Amino acid sequence: MAYPAPVVGVPAAGCETGPVPEHDRRDRLTYLDHAATTPLRPAARDAMLPWLGERFGNPSGDHRVARAARQAVDEARDLVAVVLGCRPGDVVFTSGGTEADNMAVRGVHAARPGPVLCSAIEHDAVRNPVRSVGGTTVAVDARGVLDLDALGAALTPDLTLLAVMTANNEIGVIQPLAEAAELVRRRAPRAVVHTDAVQAASWLDLAVVVAGADLIAVSSHKVGGPQGVGALVARPGAPLRPLLLGGGQERELRSGTHNVAGIVGMAAALRAAAAERNAAATRVGALRDRLAEGLLAAVPGAVETGVGEGAPRLPGTLHLCIPGIESEALLFLLDEAGVCASAASACASGAHQASHVLAAMGIGPEQGAGALRLSLGWTSTDEDIDDALRVIPAVVAHLRGVQDRDVEPAGRR
Amino acid sequence: MSGGVDSSVAAARLIAGGHEVVGVTMKLWGGESDTGCCSVSDVDDARRVAQQLGIAHHTWTFSDDFDRHVVGPYVDAHGRGITPNPCVECNRHLKFDRLLRRAHAVGFDTVATGHHARIVVRPDGTRRLARGADAAKDQSYVLYVLGQAELARTLLPVGQMTKAEVRAEAEALGLRTAHKPDSQDVCFITSSRGRRGFLGGRMDLRPGRVVDEAGRDVGSVDAVELVTVGQRRGLGLPGGGEPRYAVDVDVAAATVRVGPERDLLCGEVALERVVWSADPPGSGPNSSIAAQCSAHGAPRAAQVEAVGSDHALVRFHGHQRRVARGQSVVLYEGDEVIGGGIVAA
Repeated sequence: MAYPAPVVGVPAAGCETGPVPEHDRRDRLTYLDHAATTPLRPAARDAMLPWLGERFGNPSGDHRVARAARQAVDEARDLVAVVLGCRPGDVVFTSGGTEADNMAVRGVHAARPGPVLCSAIEHDAVRNPVRSVGGTTVAVDARGVLDLDALGAALTPDLTLLAVMTANNEIGVIQPLAEAAELVRRRAPRAVVHTDAVQAASWLDLAVVVAGADLIAVSSHKVGGPQGVGALVARPGAPLRPLLLGGGQERELRSGTHNVAGIVGMAAALRAAAAERNAAATRVGALRDRLAEGLLAAVPGAVETGVGEGAPRLPGTLHLCIPGIESEALLFLLDEAGVCASAASACASGAHQASHVLAAMGIGPEQGAGALRLSLGWTSTDEDIDDALRVIPAVVAHLRGVQDRDVEPAGRR
Repeated sequence: MSGGVDSSVAAARLIAGGHEVVGVTMKLWGGESDTGCCSVSDVDDARRVAQQLGIAHHTWTFSDDFDRHVVGPYVDAHGRGITPNPCVECNRHLKFDRLLRRAHAVGFDTVATGHHARIVVRPDGTRRLARGADAAKDQSYVLYVLGQAELARTLLPVGQMTKAEVRAEAEALGLRTAHKPDSQDVCFITSSRGRRGFLGGRMDLRPGRVVDEAGRDVGSVDAVELVTVGQRRGLGLPGGGEPRYAVDVDVAAATVRVGPERDLLCGEVALERVVWSADPPGSGPNSSIAAQCSAHGAPRAAQVEAVGSDHALVRFHGHQRRVARGQSVVLYEGDEVIGGGIVAA
C-alpha cells in the first residue's frame, strides 16, 4: 500500500475525530475529481473571509449592519448576473445546484401543471424531481447527445417544462441546448426551458450558451466557490412557485436568511472563473487531451466514452470505459497511489450504482463496469497528468493480471 | 465492516496487532432492510468507526452477485417448497468469494470479519474452522462453506472472545457501536413485512390444502410456499389430540401433508453441494463426528459417508427430526468443522 500504516492511538471514549486525516499522510495528491468539487479559489476565499470574521448581518434587517450585508448580497447578485447574462433581479440564490434544479422543475410544475420532459442523461437533481411530477425522458444518441428528432417527436403543445443540461456531469458532452430551446419555441411555445449549467459554468460562456433557456441552475463549488450555495436564474415571466415558504426573501421565491459569506464567495468565484475562462479552457483542454491520448495508448481496450462522432465536450472531463476491470477496484488502487478519481455515479452510502447516463448511451453493464471519470480543473497541472499516466496504466495492468489468474475461481462449488 | 460491534472490534484488534487495515462495507441489497449490512445508517456506523480507528473506509457494491446468488435462488427455492439458508449462500458467494477476490486483487493478503468462530491449524498444516469461544454466539455453522483456500486468507479476530468481551472492548475503545443491538435475521427480510411480504412481492403465493396421512382435508394455509417441513403452527389444524407437523410440502400440488412427530423422524439424510474443509472423512466407522442441522441446533452423533466429491450420506445414531430440504447440515469433529452440505431435494 502506498501510505504508511496509520498511527493508531486508542481514541478516548467519546472522541469524535480520528487521528491523522488521510490526505495528510501522502506525499503527493493527484486530484482528478474536479467535477465532484474543485478547490476554493483564492478570490472566493478573500471575498468570504470578512463575512466569516468581523462582518456579519442579516440582509433583511433595517439598520446599518443589515444594510452592509444587504449591499454585499446585492453586489454579488450584480456580479452573478453579468457572468450569466441575466438581470440581477433574475438571480435567486439557493443552497446549491440541487435546490436550484428542484425549484425549477417542481416550482414550474406547481405554477403550471402539465407534462414535463427531460433528457435521459440529466443529473439526479433534475431526474428525480422530473420523475416526482410524472415527467418522462428524451433519448440521447450513442455519443451522449440529446436526440433532437426524439425531442421533436416528444414535444406536445401542452408541455410545461423541458430540462436539458448544458453539459453532462459524467461524460462532459455538451448538449444542443439552443437547438432544443428553438424546437420548444416552435412546437411547445407554452413550455419553459430549464438547463442545469452546473458543470458548464467553469468552462463555457453561459451568457451566450444558455441564452435560450428560461431557467438556469448553477452551483458555487463547481467553479471554485464554497459548497452549500448556488443560484437559479429565472427569466422574467417564467412561472415559478417557491419550494420553501417563510420570510419571503429572494422576491418571495426562496425564503431563508441569506448565506452572505457563501453568496459573496460564489460571486467572486464565478467572476474569477469567467476572467480566465478562455485561457483555462485552452490550458486544461490541452492537459485533458494529453491525458486521453496517453491513456488510450497505454491501456489496451480503453475507449473514450461518447466521442465516436466528435461530440463537443467540456475541456476538463475525460470519461473512459476500461474493459476487464471493475471501477471500485480501480478507484481503490488509484486512491492508494494518491490519485483521486471517480466512476461518476454514487449514492448516499458511498456505493457505486450503474450509471443511467451510460445506459442511455447504450453502454451495457459489462462495458460500463470499468467506468472511470477523470476531471480536471483550475488547479490541474502537467505533473497531475504525468502522475495519472504513470499510475493508471500500471494499476489497470495489475488488476487485469490478478483477475485473469485468480487464486480460486468463482463459482467453484 | 457491517456497522456492528463485532466487525468494529475485529478491525481495532487487527490495527492494534500492527496490520495494515482498510475497512470495507459491502453494499449488497438495495431494498428495504431493518439492519444487516446494507442500510445507510449501518454504513454510517462502519465509516465512523473506521474514522475513529484512523483507517480508510470503502463501500463496495456487490448487489449484482447478491441478487444472482442469494436473493434470486432464495425466491426460486421457495417456489419449489425448499427452504434455503441465505446467510450460508452469502458467505459462500459474497463474503468469502467475491470480497476475497476483490481484496486479493487490490493487494490484501487477508479478509477479516467479525464472525464468532475460530480458525485452527492442524498438525498436518491444514486449517479448520472451529466454534467461537462464545457458544451462544457461535457462527461456525454458517461458515462451513470455507475450504482451505478461503481459510488460509481469512482472519476471525473476535472468535476467541465472548460477546460480552467484545462489547467491553468496544466500550473501552470508545467505539460508537459498543451497545448496538445484534442483527438477528436475514438482512433483506424486514420485521414489519416478514418473509411473506418479501416473497409475496416477488412470486405468487398460493393457498394450499392441508391433508392427513389418509389424504383427508384437515386444514389450510394461505401460502403453501411458506410452509417448512417440521412446522407445527399456522396449518389451520383443529386443536387437541396428538400434535401434528408438516411432514411433506408439495408446492406444485399446493398440498401440505401433516402427521405425528414419528413421521418426521428419520435415520439418515443425503447432502448435496458438500464442502469438505480439507479431506473427506475416511470410510469405516467413525465415532467422533456430530451433525448439526440448524444454526443453533444441538449436534447429533452421526456416521458420515462421502459420496463422490460433493455428496454425502449422514446416518444419525438413533432417529432425529427430518431437516427441511435446502437447509444446511454441518459436520463437526469436536469443536471443529470438517464439512457440510445442503439437504438434497
